[in-house]
Amino acid sequence: MNPNYQLTDSQDSYGFGFLDEFAKREIRRVILKAISIPGYQTPYASREMPMGRGFGTGGLQLTLSMIGPEDTLKVIDQGSDDSVNAVNLRKFAELTCPDVSTTESTTEATLIQTRHRVPEIALREDQVLNLQVPYPDPLVIVEPSEAKRKIMHGEGDYARLLTKLYEDLVKFDEITISHRYPTRINGHYVIDPSPIPRYDVPKLHQSQALLLFGAGREKKIYAVPPYTNAEPLVFDDVPFRTENFYNADGKRRACNRCGSTNSFLDELNLEDGSKAWQCSDTDFCNRQLARTDAGEVTQ
Amino acid sequence: MGYVAIKGGGKAIEGAAEALEALRAGGSGSDPLSLNAIEHQLRLLTSRIMSEGGLYHPQLAALAIKQMQGDTLEAGFALRAYRSTKPRLLETPPQDTGNMRLIRRISSAFKDIPGGQMLGPTHDYALRLMRFELAEESPEPFRRMASTFLKNAPEEALPDSFPKVLDSLRSEGLLPPKATNRNPAFDITRDPLIFPVSRSAALATMARAETGSMLAIAYSNMRGYGDIHPTVAELRVGYLPVMLPHPVTGELTEAGEVLMTECEVIAMYEPDESESAKGAAPEFTLGYGACFGHNETKAISMAILDRALQKGMRDGPENPSEDPEFVLMHIDGVDSMGFANHYKMPHYVTFQSDMDRLRSTREKYGERGETPQEESHES
Repeated sequence: MNPNYQLTDSQDSYGFGFLDEFAKREIRRVILKAISIPGYQTPYASREMPMGRGFGTGGLQLTLSMIGPEDTLKVIDQGSDDSVNAVNLRKFAELTCPDVSTTESTTEATLIQTRHRVPEIALREDQVLNLQVPYPDPLVIVEPSEAKRKIMHGEGDYARLLTKLYEDLVKFDEITISHRYPTRINGHYVIDPSPIPRYDVPKLHQSQALLLFGAGREKKIYAVPPYTNAEPLVFDDVPFRTENFYNADGKRRACNRCGSTNSFLDELNLEDGSKAWQCSDTDFCNRQLARTDAGEVTQ
Repeated sequence: MGYVAIKGGGKAIEGAAEALEALRAGGSGSDPLSLNAIEHQLRLLTSRIMSEGGLYHPQLAALAIKQMQGDTLEAGFALRAYRSTKPRLLETPPQDTGNMRLIRRISSAFKDIPGGQMLGPTHDYALRLMRFELAEESPEPFRRMASTFLKNAPEEALPDSFPKVLDSLRSEGLLPPKATNRNPAFDITRDPLIFPVSRSAALATMARAETGSMLAIAYSNMRGYGDIHPTVAELRVGYLPVMLPHPVTGELTEAGEVLMTECEVIAMYEPDESESAKGAAPEFTLGYGACFGHNETKAISMAILDRALQKGMRDGPENPSEDPEFVLMHIDGVDSMGFANHYKMPHYVTFQSDMDRLRSTREKYGERGETPQEESHES
């Protein structure tokens, strides 16, 4: 190595959005392809990011390749803006995208990156939701080989997935898929909607906002374009069921903070051994609380 | 009822970073490691990081080792992430490893090879006895070691390069001829792997794979989940001159050199029933491995896997080590360690969904009287 070589002594050499411009252009092209073929897992040359594979590198590459100084970014993990990973990703975006504003408000954001949740408040046409994806392929539970799965998707062959659902009913009298529920997009491709709860799956259907899914480690991008059908895989006589939050008396639990009865709840184990339930979407919870305080809503 | 919030993430992260730095400094009042010391005294570690990071940059590799406190997976990962910020400027033409300036080359196929065996720097025949005298080393003799070694080295001039062992076997017709149609190399940093993949894509993936992962799968093949009984035709370690077209004249010009390890293994011939092979005399088969830096375990593992994958691509995999998707998707250290560690992140929502499913299913069992009703502590 050249003995006169000097390492740079600052972080300033990183460009806007961290990735080099060729990489961003490639990802934008792949996004366009993904939107054109709803639900199709479009392969791309995913780049290594400075956080671990599995920590949202796919969602982050989507965000960084499309973000501009006029954007307002919101990052959530488990519905919360302040959970460690959300904080980490938001700090990274602030560091590498000067002039971009960040927010905790779902309605103010133009770009939302999320892990495991779709916000409770319905998104608008001028918003994009980037979901972080660990397993992009719903067929992986019945077929380990990617080459074979690709053929099955092309042929719309989801028979083995349906068989798995049927076997669940035979063995347990219930479909046991709790999250990552296989969802058919635009009548053809079945996607893994990322590990969102079943509670969030209906929000994908005819969404006004563009929904993008980025799997960094598995190197795939797919999309549910605005106003597209998204239907969970079920049988005619077995309806799709979301998580229910009923207590032993059959009454819907309310968030013990804001009182809401129409949000996904986190179950908390308290110090005294009792349990409490609270909104997983912290921005939604804060809004409900503010409205309750203002006397607008009474539960 | 108390209000429990998931708050304070930012503060927790800052605190964690400070604690990590405090441990890096240690309590012993020792001096910080210099990059120079890491690069040279931990040269095999530096080699490994450059190779797994996919970036030839000894100083940055040393920095990554220092920063990550010796975690090889994290250090290779940091180097890989740094690489993501750099555009690809050009593609090198194929480089001729026959031009390597060798520090070591051996063949286990022949007693004598053109140019001779050259053992060079290796632990192979060193006794792994603890050398307690290194525990407290005085700096003066340590600094003189290299110059003394060079002074005592015999005067005879070594040739700049050595012929490849395989060339002599090839001239006897015992090996398949060198491939003449050169398709452009598959660039794994610009194109995703879509199976079936080319051998070029497989070689590129293995060249920056994690050493231990590749060793494990190659070892499964050697032990019996596979049938390769390799002979190391040649293993060479040295500095490869990197030839690039001159920006003005276009003539190939030496732009620098990279330390690398290359291994070629020969495996027994086997029946080839393909149409193109009809009537042809059987030949030995080859496996190829190469990586940045001095890392012989990796180069040998790669050569064995290359041979196994070629067989799998041709005849269909009979063992995990012959299945391109199985091998190539599970040997990347950045991918595998990232995913293993992501399980530490909050999974509250998905676990809530899991509990919902289990409770619903148990309720139905309860209705049928098959299990005792779940106890309820709900408030």
